[in-house]
Amino acid sequence: MKNVLRTSFPSISKNEALARGIAAQFTALLDPTVEELSDIRTAVSEAVTNAIVHGYGHPNGTVTMELTSEDGVVTAVISDEGRGIEDIELARKPFFTTMPEAERAGMGFAVMEAFMDSVSVDSAPGRGTRVTMKKKLGENAR
Amino acid sequence: MRLKTKKQGRTLVASLSGELDQHSAEQVRYELDSILEDDSIKRIEFDLKGVTFMDSAGIGVILGRYRKLAPRGGSMNVLNASPGIERILKMSGVYRLVSERSAR
Repeated sequence: MKNVLRTSFPSISKNEALARGIAAQFTALLDPTVEELSDIRTAVSEAVTNAIVHGYGHPNGTVTMELTSEDGVVTAVISDEGRGIEDIELARKPFFTTMPEAERAGMGFAVMEAFMDSVSVDSAPGRGTRVTMKKKLGENAR
Repeated sequence: MRLKTKKQGRTLVASLSGELDQHSAEQVRYELDSILEDDSIKRIEFDLKGVTFMDSAGIGVILGRYRKLAPRGGSMNVLNASPGIERILKMSGVYRLVSERSAR
């Protein structure tokens, strides 16, 4: 059965924990393995952190997270209306970061790609960013 | 996120517990850097036993502290990571920088 949850929250860093907690609870309804649950939680944390830190960099933005589950596939769409990404290919390269002084490791997209089955990024400068990630859960998943 | 530190000779053992993300990283970074101003410290050991969640922000914390110690000939180690956290550590190459040897 299809399930959908849509939530929006301000771009404050405390909400990274809130968002990944919600994503974990949503996924838990499908009876995932511990590893699947951890993968989705981590990937969502990365995408939400990117929206907060890079998309906005201030607390007055809005981040939207839409979670869908259908036929054992979890889809997480994280979007912001922030500054957007100029060169998506470059941004996705491991260890590339625009904020070395803030010790951003440049691993966010690499982690999302490693932990999810697919990651797509839709972004343009000044027009925000939308990250869509999918993961098919194993046979245990309902 | 909780941080407990213990200085053993020239080694700082930093035991972390809770969730390490971009939000909590800031405090950890601040606390560790104020301790690392003591330049007799040549080695840092991160004990991640109590860490229940870590994303790439944790990598920033670990690599950032290593970069502080490297110019003084320092070393580091990362211990007791859970399997999920270990995957991120491996991806980022952190384990290539660790040494088992303790500070002399």
